Amino acid sequence: MLVSGAALLLACGAFIGYDLFSFRQAVLNNLSIQAQIAGSNAVSALLFDDQNSAEKTLSALRVSPAIISAGILTPEGRPFAAYSRDKDDQIQILPRLAAGQTETHRFGDSEVLLVQSIVFQGKPIGIVYIRSGLDVLYARLRLYLGISAIVLAVSLLAALLISPIFQRQISRPIAQLAEIAQLVSRDKNYSVRAAESNSRDEVSVLVEAFNSMLSQIQERDQALRKAHDELEQRVQERTTELDNINKELEAFSYSVSHDLRAPLRAIDGFSQALLEDFGEKLDSMGQDHLHRVRLAAQRMSALIDDLLNLSRVTRSEIHRETLDLSAVVRATADELQRGAPSRNVNFVITDGLKVNGDSRLLRVAIENLLGNAWKYTSGHSCARIEFGLYQSNGRPAYFVRDDGAGFDPRYSQRLFGAFQRLHASSEFPGTGIGLATVQRIVRRHGGEIWAEGEVEKGATFYFTL
Amino acid sequence: MDDNVILLVEDNPDDEALTLRALKKNNIGNHVVVARDGSEALDYMFGTGNYSGRDPNLLPQVILLDLKLPKIDGLEVLRQLRADHRTKLAPVVILTSSNEEQDRFKGYDLGANSYVRKPVDFNQFIDAVRQLGLYWLIFNERPPARRR
Repeated sequence: MLVSGAALLLACGAFIGYDLFSFRQAVLNNLSIQAQIAGSNAVSALLFDDQNSAEKTLSALRVSPAIISAGILTPEGRPFAAYSRDKDDQIQILPRLAAGQTETHRFGDSEVLLVQSIVFQGKPIGIVYIRSGLDVLYARLRLYLGISAIVLAVSLLAALLISPIFQRQISRPIAQLAEIAQLVSRDKNYSVRAAESNSRDEVSVLVEAFNSMLSQIQERDQALRKAHDELEQRVQERTTELDNINKELEAFSYSVSHDLRAPLRAIDGFSQALLEDFGEKLDSMGQDHLHRVRLAAQRMSALIDDLLNLSRVTRSEIHRETLDLSAVVRATADELQRGAPSRNVNFVITDGLKVNGDSRLLRVAIENLLGNAWKYTSGHSCARIEFGLYQSNGRPAYFVRDDGAGFDPRYSQRLFGAFQRLHASSEFPGTGIGLATVQRIVRRHGGEIWAEGEVEKGATFYFTL
Repeated sequence: MDDNVILLVEDNPDDEALTLRALKKNNIGNHVVVARDGSEALDYMFGTGNYSGRDPNLLPQVILLDLKLPKIDGLEVLRQLRADHRTKLAPVVILTSSNEEQDRFKGYDLGANSYVRKPVDFNQFIDAVRQLGLYWLIFNERPPARRR
């Protein structure tokens, strides 16, 4: 309302102002023409110094009611003839005409004075002036002001009357839309809708579009929720599946550990019985066959044990805690030495190396690594087994080094395979599961293991955790 | 004499034969009663079923108990033996191929006196039986008989 009112005011003002200005120009023009006519009519009177004739000419100006007075002067400025509408004339101080200027005017309050030079054959022979009242102008101004005031009032009234209609049609629906949009984004409630109107205009189109957009969002939101729920459910199912599989695996290893051993025991036992009871009836080849049967059975038993251990390592949970790895190494070394006190082995162990890991699994890993070092140095009369910390590219790595049989580095990638061996069982007993177990343990701690070695020059196993 | 009976609870005939052989190899001459499942073992101990008439208060010198038995399994036998005041004190050595932690735990928890794993290597088995025999039949002091 304010804006439209101000706009109207400005428009009216501009219009009035322009009109007044052009009216003023018109008045001046009119006066000028009248002055010229009067001037040219008075030429002969001036030339023949006929004051009466000049006054008669001037009195013709009576027809124009706005003209208050007029006069003709000699070029020197002496009054020659005068006319006055109201019979009370004051002597005018006329503005002087500058050289070369034929006309000038001056606006006083409520009157305008025009001075013009009368020229005959190129020579100024007199000055004519006309004083005109601006009453008409002011009357016009007042009229205009009145009209514009009325127009303003009427239109403001009309606007006041019409605006509620527009509000209802346009701004209220839009305000409502804005409110609903805010509500939706704040509360995430996609089920609200804007009230629709029956009209077929742009606003109702907007409202319809808004509502359909909300419906889409609601659909999407519901679909998303459903998908999320389905996903949750599927994850749940998978987890249950995995749990079940793990339990099955446990049960499987359990029965393996029990049921497979019994027949093995029978094979070994009765072969031995055969040897003992009927050995003399067999020749050396027969006895050798039975030996092989027994050895095979025992080896199978060792394999079963190792496989079970390996699967147990992979399945079990890791309970991380701070652990003194050096102490574990020292304890294992002591145990090995106790098991074969005659062996001369020099253990060089770096103390105080603490790690964060599962104590049970790490003990198994150390037992395997040290056990290997112990085993593969058994051929030497004296051996050196070392455990320490090694900085590799800024990451600390632990190592176990021995100076025993070593291995051929060309086959190093087979070192960690399950049941893979680089030596014959006749040289060094074992199933080849030890390093595979250590690798599993190290990997479960997020680390890596690698080895360096040379034949008969010992081996070093590095691992990170 | 009933007093010096060894009760062997074992379902596997191979293991039964090997155990008996191992006992013989070690010159252990006690009378060995073999029960082939859990219910037979309980029948013997409580003097019921096929063994009705036997006095439950006469405890064997040692019971060698396998865990995996048909009908009633070894741990259940142990539980029932320990639950009855007449058989509570009987020395029970669990002799089984299983080395699962849960079995060892349950065995000790139910009151077994000892847990021995049957080795596959028969020589080791003979040695184990010899040691068992030496311990349970000679060194170990039996529980005194109940005074009525």
